[in-house]
Formats: sequence, structure tokens, C-alpha cells
Amino acid sequence: METLTQLFTILLSTIKDVMPIIAIIFGFQLLVIRRPIPHLKRVLFGFVYVVVGLALFLLGLDKALFPIGELMAQQLTDPDFIRGSVMSADEALHWSDYYWVYIFAFAIGASTTIAEPSLIAVAIKANEVSGGAIGVWGLRLAVALGVAVGISLGTWRIVTGYPIHWFIISGYIFVVIQTFFAPKLIVPLAYDSGGVTTSTVTVPLVAALGLGLASTVPGRSALIDGFGLIAFASLFPMITVMGYAQITEMVAARDKRKREREDTLIKE
Amino acid sequence: MSNVFVALGRSMVGSVRDLLPIVVVIAFFQLVVLQQPVPDLVGLLTGLLCVVAGLTFFIYGLEMGLFPIGQVLAHAFARKGSLFWLLLFAFSLGFGTTVAEPALIAVAAEAATVAAEGGMIEATDSAKSNYASGLRYTVAFSVGLAIVVGVIRILKGWPIHYMIAIGYIMVIIMTGFAPREIIGIAYDSGGVTTSTITVPLVTALGVGLASSIEGRNPMIDGFGLIAFASLTPMIFVMAYGMVI
Repeated sequence: METLTQLFTILLSTIKDVMPIIAIIFGFQLLVIRRPIPHLKRVLFGFVYVVVGLALFLLGLDKALFPIGELMAQQLTDPDFIRGSVMSADEALHWSDYYWVYIFAFAIGASTTIAEPSLIAVAIKANEVSGGAIGVWGLRLAVALGVAVGISLGTWRIVTGYPIHWFIISGYIFVVIQTFFAPKLIVPLAYDSGGVTTSTVTVPLVAALGLGLASTVPGRSALIDGFGLIAFASLFPMITVMGYAQITEMVAARDKRKREREDTLIKE
Repeated sequence: MSNVFVALGRSMVGSVRDLLPIVVVIAFFQLVVLQQPVPDLVGLLTGLLCVVAGLTFFIYGLEMGLFPIGQVLAHAFARKGSLFWLLLFAFSLGFGTTVAEPALIAVAAEAATVAAEGGMIEATDSAKSNYASGLRYTVAFSVGLAIVVGVIRILKGWPIHYMIAIGYIMVIIMTGFAPREIIGIAYDSGGVTTSTITVPLVTALGVGLASSIEGRNPMIDGFGLIAFASLTPMIFVMAYGMVI
């Protein structure tokens, strides 16, 4: 019964989130475009599916994943756990003692990105538009790797306390330079994948990890250092997606050269 | 009708596969690293069931509703040929979907707390809520502007990387002048503004526009709207921190 009321509340708030979108779309449709929408019934059913799906998804995350994930983030960042049984309480912690935090950050970053609905949407679209040249899974795995690296680097930054803008600025410079070497077709998609990675699933878990870490590491302020993990998670996918395209292109070029060489050998 | 069930069943299998990594990671850390029992197993399983069903419905509805409507609107605007209405639509879509975004509301509230702690505003509830809603409208405006700029780029066929590079340079310069407390939040706000429903819609709009205008490649020109929408909030949030 409690679950049902919760589902109802979440459903209402999802509808509230979707209302402005629906109002804008249908407002412009009726007032400006003034043309009937093809397959209107199907489209409306699609919207119902999206809203119900999103509500169920959020309810499930709230019930199953977020409580345990957030608890886990707190436990892993707890100084008592990090000291383990080897170190005494007054010994200062070195950044390398936080290794489980980095591993957790990597694993949770990659796995939540795989489940991120908006990334799935963009991957489906990119696969369709590129005529299958960009694989749905290739893109999703590349983005997941980027988020994983980004978040674990971000947790390391919180532990060490280096200023965030050093990392972000060098990341940007890297992205801009890499752009000139990456295949032209992938660039816009790579830029987009920075923004789509972090939504429903990743943000709450990652925020819990950042806040947990910033409030337990000595000398960090939860308010100032707890933020910034999302920024890392949106930066690195650009690098990995362009890298993925570069590697695919290199492999394809090598195969082509190899085939051409074999062809000439056969001819001779 | 049976087709619907076959399709739903197939995407259900996909959803289970999509969620498996999270379950494995959490189980491993809970049982092996932290060595704690799993609390409330029944709640956990029903929750996971909801997540799988929800993801399945979402993906299914995406291809039925969100993608087609984005495409149809893009084609209709391209055929109508009215720049004003297209840009107004682009702005409304960006502004309207962002201003009510729950993640943004949460970030704005956090930012107000930080600002109060840093002594930038008074530590009263009304000052904080003014600050938070001002920030929210600023970000929503910046996303609306981003979609407008992105749509103009698609129409003109400008290369994206120069524009993004200029945006980055602006972010870097602003970082030098913005109050230190706001920087982390500003960087994060770029990532949180684009919600699960906005992304497919905006992507379909961009790709639809690029494919209905002659001489545009949907792959090169169609993508990139989300990139703009995650860049401008950083600039505007830092500007907001500097002005207030």
C-alpha cells in the first residue's frame, strides 16, 4: 500500500515535469504549425509509456538502489573503514589509503551510465543516423568508461584537495586539441555525450559519494569540495568517445591497407 | 496485440542486461568489501523489478512518442520556413524543460546555502529562496539561449568545435573572476540541466532539422544541441555568482 502511494506521488511529479514539454509541443502544434500530427494516437500512447516508465524507474531507484548506494558511499568514505584493522586511529591517512573509494567510484560510474535512459536514447538515435556505423554498445561503453575514469579522478581530487579548475581547464584544452585529430563525424556526438551521461541514475549516487567524501576527509568542506564530480563525469566521455572513434578509424584503415597489400600480392 | 508483447518482452531482456552491472557492483561491495548483509531483500527485489519495468516502458515509449514528435516538429518548422517561430520554439523548449527540472531545483537550493555560508547573501530563508529562484531562472534562460544558438548553427552549418572552444575559453576566463564557492556548483550545473525527457526530444529535433535542410549532414549538424545546453549554464551560473 505504501509503495502504491509512493508510486502515485512519483507519477504525479513526473507528469508535472512533462507538462511544460507537452504544453510547448502541442501549443506550437495547434497555434503555429496547424497541421495534424501523423499517428497522433500512437504518439500519445508513446508519451504515456514514457511517463509511466520514468515514474516506475524512479520509484524502483528510490526503493532499491539509492538507499543502499548512498549508505555504501558513506561506509566506504568512513575513516574507520579506510583505516581498517591495520592502522591506528591517530595515523594520518595518505591519499592512496582511499583505494576502495576510487574503485567504487569507477565501478559505480560505469555501471550507472550503462543504465542511463537518456544515453540509451542518444545511442539509438546515433546508430540510426549513422546507418549502423556507430554501434549502440560501442558508444555506451565508451561513455561509461569516460564517466568511470572521470568520477574516480574526481574522488581522488576531493581526497587530495587540488583545485577543481586545474583539472577541468586541462581537460578542456585536451578536448579541443583532440577535436582536430578525431574523425569529423563523431565530434558533435562526442560533445553531446558529455551532457547526457549524468541524469536520473548517476547524479544521486555520485552526489552522495562526493558529499560523503568531502565531509569525512580532513580539511575539506562538504559545501565547496562536495560538488564537481558531475563536471568530471561530463568531461571525460567527450575524450573517450572521440578516442573510440579514432581507434575504430585506425583499425579500419589498417585492415584496408592489409587487404590492399594482399590484393596486390594475389595479382602478382 | 501480440506484437506489442513480443516487442515489450524483447526490450525487457535488454533492460535486465542494462541493469545487471549496477546490481553486480553493489552486491560485490556490500558482500565482499564492506562485508555487510543485504538489508531488506524483498524491498530491494521489488524495487529492481520496478526499475526494469520502468526502463522497458520508457525505451518503448521513446520510439513511439518522443522521437517521432521531435522529428515531425522539425520537419514542419523546416517546411514552414519561419525562422522566428522556430527560434521561439527552440527557446521555449530549452527554458520550459529546464525551469521545472528537479535536479536543477536541488542544485539551486544547495548553491543558496553555499552563498549564505560564504557571506555573499544574508543567511535568511527569504534571501536564500530569492537567490535560488534567481539562479534557476538564469540557468533556464541560458539553456533556452543554448538551444537557440544550437538551432542557428544547424541552419547555417557552422562547425561546432569553434563554438564549443569559444565557450570553453569563456568558462576558463570566468573561472578566474568568479567567487571560489560557486565554481564547483557552476561546473556541475552544466551536467544536471538536461533531463531524461529533454535529451531524446532535443536530439530528435536537431537530427530532424539537419535532415530536412538540404546540404546538412544529420550526423555532423544534427547532434550538438545538448553540448550547448550543458555549456551555457556554467557561464551563466558563474556570472550570476559574480553579479549577486
